[in-house]
Amino acid sequence: MSGLIKSSIARKVVMALSGLFLVIFLVLHVTINLASVFSPDFFNEASHFMGYNPIVQFLMQPILVAGVIVHFVMGFVLEIQNKNARGMAYVKYKGSENASWVSRNMIYSGLVILAFLFLHFYDFWIHEMAYKYVEVKPEDPTRYYAETVEKFEPFWRTILYVIAFVLLSLHLWHGFASSLQSMGVNNKYTEGFKKFAKIFAVVVPLAFVFIAIYHHLNPITH
Amino acid sequence: MAVLDSKIPSGPLADKWTKHKNDINLVNPANKRNIDIIVVGTGLAGGAAAATLAELGYNVKTFCYQDSPRRAHSIAAQGGINASKNYQGDGDSDYRLFYDTIKGGDYRSREANVYRLAEVSGNIIDQCVAQGVPFAREYGGLLDNRSFGGVLVSRTFYAKGQTGQQLLLGAYSAMNRQINRGKIQAFNRHEMLDIVLVDGKARGIIARDLVSGEIQRHAAHAVVLATGGYGNVFFLSTNAMGSNVTAAWKAHKRGAFFANPCFTQIHPTCIPVSGEHQSKLTLMSESLRNDGRIWVPKRKEDAVAIREGKLKPTQLSEEERDYYLERRYPAFGNLVPRDVASRAAKERCDAGFGVNKTGEAVFLDFAAAIHRYGKEKAMTSGIKNPDESTIIKLGEEVIEAKYGNLFQMYEKIVDENPYKTPMMIYPAVHYTMGGLWVDYNLQTTIPGCYCAGEANFSDHGANRLGASALMQGLADGYFVLPYTIGDYLADDIRTGPISTEAEEFEAVEKEVREKLEKLMSGSGIHSVDHYHKKLGKIMWNKCGMARNAKDLEEAIKEIAELRKDFWENVKIPGTMDSKNQELEKAARVADFLELGELFAKDALLRNESCGGHFREEYQTKEGEALRDDENFKFVSAWEYMGEPKDAKLHKEDLVYENIELKTRSYK
Amino acid sequence: MKLYLKIWRQKDAQSKGKMVDYTLDGVEGDMSFLEMLDILNEELVSKGEEPVEFDHDCREGICGTCSLQINGEPHGPDRLITTCQLHMRKFNDGDTIVIEPFRAKAFPVIKDLIVDRSSFDRIQQAGGFISVNTSGNTIDANAIPISKHAADEAMDAAACIGCGACVAACKNASAMLFTSAKVSQFALLPQGRVEAADRVQNMVRQMDLEGFGNCTNTGACEVECPKGISLTNIARMNREYLSASIKG
Repeated sequence: MSGLIKSSIARKVVMALSGLFLVIFLVLHVTINLASVFSPDFFNEASHFMGYNPIVQFLMQPILVAGVIVHFVMGFVLEIQNKNARGMAYVKYKGSENASWVSRNMIYSGLVILAFLFLHFYDFWIHEMAYKYVEVKPEDPTRYYAETVEKFEPFWRTILYVIAFVLLSLHLWHGFASSLQSMGVNNKYTEGFKKFAKIFAVVVPLAFVFIAIYHHLNPITH
Repeated sequence: MAVLDSKIPSGPLADKWTKHKNDINLVNPANKRNIDIIVVGTGLAGGAAAATLAELGYNVKTFCYQDSPRRAHSIAAQGGINASKNYQGDGDSDYRLFYDTIKGGDYRSREANVYRLAEVSGNIIDQCVAQGVPFAREYGGLLDNRSFGGVLVSRTFYAKGQTGQQLLLGAYSAMNRQINRGKIQAFNRHEMLDIVLVDGKARGIIARDLVSGEIQRHAAHAVVLATGGYGNVFFLSTNAMGSNVTAAWKAHKRGAFFANPCFTQIHPTCIPVSGEHQSKLTLMSESLRNDGRIWVPKRKEDAVAIREGKLKPTQLSEEERDYYLERRYPAFGNLVPRDVASRAAKERCDAGFGVNKTGEAVFLDFAAAIHRYGKEKAMTSGIKNPDESTIIKLGEEVIEAKYGNLFQMYEKIVDENPYKTPMMIYPAVHYTMGGLWVDYNLQTTIPGCYCAGEANFSDHGANRLGASALMQGLADGYFVLPYTIGDYLADDIRTGPISTEAEEFEAVEKEVREKLEKLMSGSGIHSVDHYHKKLGKIMWNKCGMARNAKDLEEAIKEIAELRKDFWENVKIPGTMDSKNQELEKAARVADFLELGELFAKDALLRNESCGGHFREEYQTKEGEALRDDENFKFVSAWEYMGEPKDAKLHKEDLVYENIELKTRSYK
Repeated sequence: MKLYLKIWRQKDAQSKGKMVDYTLDGVEGDMSFLEMLDILNEELVSKGEEPVEFDHDCREGICGTCSLQINGEPHGPDRLITTCQLHMRKFNDGDTIVIEPFRAKAFPVIKDLIVDRSSFDRIQQAGGFISVNTSGNTIDANAIPISKHAADEAMDAAACIGCGACVAACKNASAMLFTSAKVSQFALLPQGRVEAADRVQNMVRQMDLEGFGNCTNTGACEVECPKGISLTNIARMNREYLSASIKG
């Protein structure tokens, strides 16, 4: 088992598993967010549940954060190891001839997503923490929709979100589709899975983009 | 005959090997730990021998000039390996394999050795399958076979078009297992530059570390040379660029007799030479002759038109083509042995029917096979009344499955699509049947110096049959040498470690050093390749597919002159004590320049035509080889006497007790 | 045609290397890439300069010795071939060609364009074999039927020539394709299954020790492999490794 933790194969499996976990989280996230477009009431309900249910708050949220941290830290570790493995750089290296841009630049799409996460945490998570534990305001199951829409009022933020979602799409395009390969699954269903993963990689970020732009274009008029 | 004792065991042919194994001395396992063996060359023979010797308990040191044993030129063998398994139930047996090999070799090989080869051939397949060699299989899960030139049964096992590679990787994996156990020490990128004799016995070698340039001494109780053939004496050959005769030649100069140096195999299906810049010839597997038909135009003016690019080969009708092998040899057709096929191609090209720019190429045509397979495939796929294009499409698929990698290789090199237009082929130097003389135990005339694989002369006579080189290399390495060497080493159990401090090592090292220094100090007019190419031209023109006394006499003179020029004027940049590929080449070419002369001398001596050795003076009216059993039924074993041309001849008479000597006929 | 060559020159493992420019005239399309370098070397030798050293041997695409990074790709721009099979007709008059050694920490440069690939040998020595004696006293070759499909697939994996193009092409200098080809060959055959678990663990351990990078599934190795070794082999190795590790 110790080999499992130290070996190169184990590291890529960790990347794949944590990545898949984050993919599942994305599904949940996009589902609730879509509600903000179609049913503000349901959105408020779901958000309130997520914000106050102790299991979500004290079990699932830490697991999610851990998943994010593992994925990022391992990503950096791998990137550093991989850079070192080359030794001296090529004078001329035509990576584009044999591999896609997305697959070669996961670290950059990942870094943009990480930067975005800081903004996203600042926007929502820090706000929530302040609301609940610093200012200790009373529970209000109807506030979420308005707060969310408000966030997308500034043009710059909407643009930043859209850019991040585009990079998320690229990241998923390679990461999700090749996750099974990392875990050793390659059979007659693989091609089908890859197609699904690529559709997913486009559709889910697109949905996020749609939500952001929708709210930007439809501000709540006071 | 006192000098040459072939040590062939007495008794009936089929029992000789078993009897011999029972009679020879063995070394007990505890004592094997105290015995060191050097194996030079790590191809099929060397790699297999090293692995088996280490497994038996000896301490083995291997040497190869390549960066890994996996790159030895055995890897390039494409078609397959013969074994008398009779899995196809077509009447094959040890005797038939033995008979085909002797006959294919034009009755110039030793009965006992060849029979042993046939006898252990089945073991090789068992062994390789156990090692994980992925031989081709039939749908039922059993091993598949194909047929090869010069025989009437299907006994060739194959792994796609990469049989040599797979067998070599098998031997390499067996070696790796022993390296992992610490029983083999591998010295890669090391080249043996001389052999060291102590009290008349081979006790070590002088090697050069090709990376650092360091000259090293290595001692052992016995030395095994498995360094391959010397086809590169022709400069252009299908051998690897680094293939060389140095180890064998150095042993020859220290007392090992060189046998039948003029027996060279010219392979009929190689890609023709395209120009002066050419460094190397590429073989297309003989297996292609299973399905390809060889032809040239019937009319000279058509050949000329094709040469000038005015006419396409596909425009000629069946009647306008001369399928000369089918015409001359109806029984074997396109599957005649290599020497016969090569000479027939040369005959047509010399007569002016050659089909490429240089006039030195014939067609190998798959159109008929594509058509035949296409029809079959349509039938089995349930397509009724298929149209022409469907048949061709299906047929091309079958051909691709069988020879895809070869066709792709051809297209890359020649830039023509062989599915649509016939391939062009021409004979090229491929294998050398000659080599160091060895007895039944594979021991050379130097006690303790053994020789295995292509480097020895033993099994193929004057011509080797297809898919037999792999068989011989592995038979020698896995199943013969590891037993027979014990007979010699049994006397060495009390010898103790051999010291490299002995004065003999000192002296040989000094000689090696001086020789390299002399090479480095050449006046510097011409590069090594300049000389190698010149030597190659002399060899190809005067000692090639057809030879005559006048040419050979000239060749002897010209080679001696070229050698003198080489030593005075060769130019080698760089230094001796660093990586220096020019110096490596120079040391090899220096030995080729000596071997070439002995080669010509041997060819001149042999006033007959047999196998790959064709003397123009000795042929029938139809242009077939005319053997002279009365005067030349012997192995010519040459003893070095100071200059190649002064070599002293020893004859080993070949005794045929089980086979009646016949004129080889493939008609 | 006339070519402008930029070639990595490095005296020995310790020295610092640099790119050196050469101009070569009279190159023909029928020449192989290595024959083009032969001509350059012939010119250099005649000028008393040290020729460019490069690894090569069989010159027919099977030994795996040649190893050049040509214009940023291992074995050059063509597919499914080695450098020795690359022909100059792939280039045009006036082209600039950048020639470098394969770069990886596990492939240190020996001289000029020659690199040390003994790390590959050590990976094989760690477990790239089936532990059977070469005594010949094995069972008959036809005693174990093996499905044609498995045998063919094992053959496809076994076709690896160990040239290192996968490592050279991979942005991470990962040796996964090479290692997985051997693991796969034996894992697919009943003879090799017996010690499959130990084999994969030992080979992967050695591969990691040699300092190769990690696989990030870019697929560059498969594209550049002269023998078309499939990425499926890497998935198989991952699977073999995981199951071997979990079973302990």
